[in-house]
Order: sequence, then structure tokens, then C-alpha cells
Amino acid sequence: MGRAAIASADAELRGPGSDAHAATSPYVDTRRRMSLNGWATALVFLPPALLIFTIFVILPVGEAAWYSFFNWNGYGRPEKFIGLKNYVWIFTNAAFLRAIVNNALVIAVSLLIQLPLALGIALLLAGRMTGAVFFRMIFFLPYILADVVAGLMWRFMFDGDYGIPSLFTNALGLQPFFLLANKDWAFLAVLIVILWKYFGFYMMLYIAGLQGIDKEMLEAAEMDGASRFQRFWHITLPLLGPMIRLSIFFSVVGALKLFDIIVPLTGGGPFDTTHTMVSFLYFFGVTRMRIGFGSAVGVILFLICVTFAFGYRRLVMRDD
Amino acid sequence: MSLRQTILAAACLAALGAPAFADTTLTILHVNEIPAAKALWDKIAKDYEAEHPGVKVQFKYLENEAFKAKLPTMLQADDSRPSLFYSWGGGVMDAQTRAGFLKDISGDVGSVQSTMAPTAVNAFKVDGKTVGLPFQAGVVSFFYNKTLFEKAGVKAEDIKTWDDFLGEVKKLKAAGVTPIAVGAGEKWPMHFYYSYLVMRIGGEHALADAKAGKDGGFKNPTFVEAGKKLRELAALEPFQPGWLSTKHAESTGIFADGKAAMDLMGEWLIGMQATTSASGKGLPIDDIGVLSFPIVQGGKGEATDTLGGVNGFLVTKTAPPEAVDFLKFFSQEKYAKEAAETGAYIPVVKGTESAIQNPLVKKVAAELAATTYHQNFFDQDLGPSVGRVINDISVAVAAGQMTPEAAAAAIQDAADQQ
Repeated sequence: MGRAAIASADAELRGPGSDAHAATSPYVDTRRRMSLNGWATALVFLPPALLIFTIFVILPVGEAAWYSFFNWNGYGRPEKFIGLKNYVWIFTNAAFLRAIVNNALVIAVSLLIQLPLALGIALLLAGRMTGAVFFRMIFFLPYILADVVAGLMWRFMFDGDYGIPSLFTNALGLQPFFLLANKDWAFLAVLIVILWKYFGFYMMLYIAGLQGIDKEMLEAAEMDGASRFQRFWHITLPLLGPMIRLSIFFSVVGALKLFDIIVPLTGGGPFDTTHTMVSFLYFFGVTRMRIGFGSAVGVILFLICVTFAFGYRRLVMRDD
Repeated sequence: MSLRQTILAAACLAALGAPAFADTTLTILHVNEIPAAKALWDKIAKDYEAEHPGVKVQFKYLENEAFKAKLPTMLQADDSRPSLFYSWGGGVMDAQTRAGFLKDISGDVGSVQSTMAPTAVNAFKVDGKTVGLPFQAGVVSFFYNKTLFEKAGVKAEDIKTWDDFLGEVKKLKAAGVTPIAVGAGEKWPMHFYYSYLVMRIGGEHALADAKAGKDGGFKNPTFVEAGKKLRELAALEPFQPGWLSTKHAESTGIFADGKAAMDLMGEWLIGMQATTSASGKGLPIDDIGVLSFPIVQGGKGEATDTLGGVNGFLVTKTAPPEAVDFLKFFSQEKYAKEAAETGAYIPVVKGTESAIQNPLVKKVAAELAATTYHQNFFDQDLGPSVGRVINDISVAVAAGQMTPEAAAAAIQDAADQQ
């Protein structure tokens, strides 16, 4: 409809009779040749990409939406149509509601602790001081580590008999404390691992951003008598803006997709208090063979992600 | 010869030649990690290939969770569907049958079935039709550390009822011994307690009746009572510290290291305990005792009712005829005997128990042979959805996070949502 409207508006602008001159008008001619060229390019390059995108992205998304209206265990074809019941079950499931809270907690910790921490360390390590490269590597290492490996490693470190808590409990002569077995503290353990694992990535982003800032501006400000804080607040921070907005985008999307660390670390336990939406999908949809239910979780997650991604890009990252 | 004739001739030749050259490949998907079993199966495959030229038999291993996650997809397409695959029977097998993925082999295997334990054979029938054959069966029982029992002055012979059992747990605690190791982090080890309690309280028909929705389904008094008894045990704090996050292998290791007196586990503990222990050697076989789950006074269940797995292979609908033939070949007595001798598993072929060498496995096999009612694992019997809820609530009830009433209602909710 939009295209037709534009075409008719176009015709109106050119006024009656303009079609007669169209063939001879150089302006229209160029445009037509270019669009022909464009069409040719599109014809050659679009189908493969479009095909792959359709088969592996559009179709599965559509299928998941379709399955979400069925009570289906994955065998045969979905036949038991149950309308919106899967969605009702999801929003009355305590584990899912807790998973949403957990996702929100991850986002909050990422934005309020992880990113500021990464920025602080980036400011320290962006310069050319000795040892900077070494420390950058050290802080970046956890990010390179496979998520599952990190999860398993921390499982051992949180162990009450042999891990870090045992250092304290042994020294103080207390009962061993099992962080991951405690429903009030287990998610804190997950948050610690996430903080440790990903802040190096954002630190690297900020270092790259900081190195792109024109030094002359900072020097000029220094000569004009701007304090360290003023230089940071009025020059570094605004110039780092695009990078910060990008890192917020990454960390929110990353928090929503969080899965790999949860599985080896807690498996969602104890009492399903440490699930994220994705691990909930896996443990309550896939492993329980409730494909319809799992699909419905997938649809909810998809809507949240899409809303955030487009909303954020439109509102916040518009100028980047 | 015209071109057309040439092509025709070539096509005819190709058609004639095809059966002689084409190999039939049987793919068998399984999850068995025990080296002795894998070695035996590879040998059976080789024997069969030697006797049947042109047939290839491939055993393909997948890790347990991966197997369960992948199988539904693999069964959908003709070219990815295995000929035979590993099964625990129960609700998952029912779903696979209803979806039309399995072959009715009732007419082909009657002679083989008559050589096997009937309870095991029946585990692979859906609505009276045979869709596969069992090869192993097992029992969940208490394994106990004789040294620790002695230290606490506990006598295994004295444990007959649930109350006896609770009394001995208290004695062990008083002696400074951790009474029980449990891998509640994986949840299913805890559901053995709940299942056995249901069986001891409600008897043979408790589970079937609940599934059929009789007397309030899972909300009936049997299930509530089982929850109360489990909480009674857990309130004594009999488990190792941090038990809520302990994995199955870790808890086996705790038992094998002599750090806990008992472990309610399937027969595979015997083969597993050495490798999971800190020393790599585990407890000496003579130091481990086997104890049946105690009866509950006033309950309908017998002390000889057993809970345990039955495993077998199912035949898919597009499997070549050789698949059923191989399954029969696989089920021969001589191979079952070999499995018994090497300790690969407890075979279901009658009379092969005598070949078992390991005294502990022998005891378990005797328990199985004398069973008055053998119940498949609840979480397998009920299928993945309700089954996992049973696992969840078993842990939650034990930890006092959920009342027995709420737990029973949660199982019923899951059953209603199916």
C-alpha cells in the first residue's frame, strides 16, 4: 500500500502529461536505469540470503508460534489444539516468574555494576603504562573461556567442602556452607560468575573506544585548567557515548539469552530458583518433551527481545 | 544398440546387481556407558556381520540427555531414523508408539520372549503389542557400608520397617556418621525414596490407579502419606551437607569414600562406585551390603516388591527386516550369559543369573528374580513431563519447601496438563 501511495503521489507531483516526457527526461531515465541495475543485483544476490534467512529464521519463528497453541510432545504432528492455555500455564508457573525476576536481576547487575566496573578498569588500562597490556589480557581471559567450562569451574570453587567458602568456614570453625545448595544465595553465585565472565569484554570495548578519542582535545582541556573529573565528564564520557550505548545493548540482549552458565553451575536449582527464561525453556520445554509449552516460552522471549532491540535502536542508538 | 536400449540394459543390470552390492546398515542408538557392555555389543555386531554378509551393524552411543533431546527429531525423518534404539519403556515409549514410529513385532519374537522374564517382556508392550525386546533389568536397593554400620552399632537384619529404618538413621547420626548420601542436585535420586514409599504404602496398583485418575488421582492419600514419610526421614537431616546441589556421581563418590553409610541406588552403583571414589578403588566388595527398602507398617506393599529399570531396544517402523532378526540374535542366551559373567548388566534371559560372578550383583539379581511386583522407575513410567515433576517434588518435599499435599497436587496438575 505504501509503495502505491508513493507512486501516485509521485505522479501527482509531476502533474498530468509528465508520462509523455518520461522517456526523454534525463532525470527519470537515470532513475530507471539505476533501479534496473538494482533489480539485477537484487535478483542475483538476494535469493540465497533470503532463502537461508527464511528457512532458518522466519520459518522456525513462525512454526514456534504455531506450536505454541498446541499441547504437543514432539512426536508426530501437533494435533491437540489448546488455544492460549500454554501461555496461561507459563504465567502461573512459579519457576517462570522467578526466571523473569532473575533475568531482570542479571540486567540490573550488568548495567549498575558490570559496565561501570568495566569502564573504570578500561580508564586505568587504556593508557600506555607498563603492564597495561598484561592486565588487559588477564581481565579478558574469562571472556574467552567456554561458558560451560566457566560454569563447571565455579561449581568447584563454590563447593562447601573444597571451594572458597570452605576457606572461611574452616578458619572460623563453622559448618561448611554450600552456596549453590542455598535457595537464597545460589543466584548470587550465578551473578558473581556472570560479572567475572563478561566484564572483560566490555572493558575491551571501552578501551577501543577510549583509544579512538582525540588526545589533543584532552590536552587542550588540561591546559585550560579542566580537572581530571571535568575532563572525564565533559570529554571522555560524551565521546564514549556510542560505545556505552552499544555495550548496554549487548549486555541486555546477552542477559536475556543467558543459558550456558546456568546449566553446569546450578541446573536451575535449588527448587528452580536460578532459572533464566532460556534455561526454563530448556528444562521445562525440551527435556520434558512439552514442545508446545516450550515454543510458547520461546515466543514470549522473542517478543521481549524484539521489542527491546528495535525500541532501543530507535530511541537510544538512533544517532550512532 | 540404440542409446535407449543401452540405457535400458544398463538400468536392468544395475537393478539386478543392486542387492548383491548394496549393504543393509542397521543403526542402533544407545546410551550405555559401561565398557564391558559396549565391548560385548561390538562383539555381537561382528558375529552377526560375519554370519550375514552384506549387513552392517552399527552401535551408536549418545550421552543420556543428548539422546533424549535428539531422539524425537531423529525419529521424524526417514533418513535419520535409527533401526533400533535404546528405551526405558514407560510413557515415552507409549508416545512413540502412538505417533506411529514403532513397528509391531508381536508375530516375530514370540519364541525369544518365552526365554525372558515376563515382567521385563511386558515392559515393552503397548496395548498388548510388542514393540521391542528387553535385555537388562535392575533393582533399586539400599547399599550400605558394613564398617560404618558396625561402628554405629546398626544391624542391617534389624531393619524391616520404615520406623526401624528411621531408628537406625538416628543411631548413625548419633555415632557421627552421615547416614545417607543422595545426589539431590539431579533430583531423580531422591524420587527413588518417594516412589518406594508410594509402592510400600499403596501396593501394586497405587501408581496405575493414580494415572487412571481413581480416588483423586495423584492427590489420593497414598501419595500424600508418601510425602509425609519422606519428610519424616529428611527432618532427621540424614543427608550429606550440601545435598541439594550434589550430583549423582558426586554422591556415589561420597558413599564409595566411606563418608556416608547408605545410598539408595540402582544396581549400577556397584560398577560405578570405584571410579567415582577419591582413591579410584572404592569400597571393597565385601564391605558393601544390600538391603531391600523397608516396608511401611499398615501399607499394602510387600517387602519383595521391587522398583527398578527395565531396558531394551525398540524397533522403528522403517527398520529393515534384518533389524528384528538382529534383535533376536542379540537376545540369545549365550550373549546374555556373557553379559552376566563380565558384569556388563543383569540380563533378562531366564537362568542366566547363575553366571553372575560379582556377589553383590548376584544378590540384586536374586532380589529381581524373587520379585512379587516389579515397578519401572516412576519418572520413566509417567513419561518425561509428569516424571520430572515427581523428581522435582521429591526434592522439594524432602527439603521442607513444599507440603506433601501441595506436592501431590503438583503431580496431578502436571498430569492434567498432558
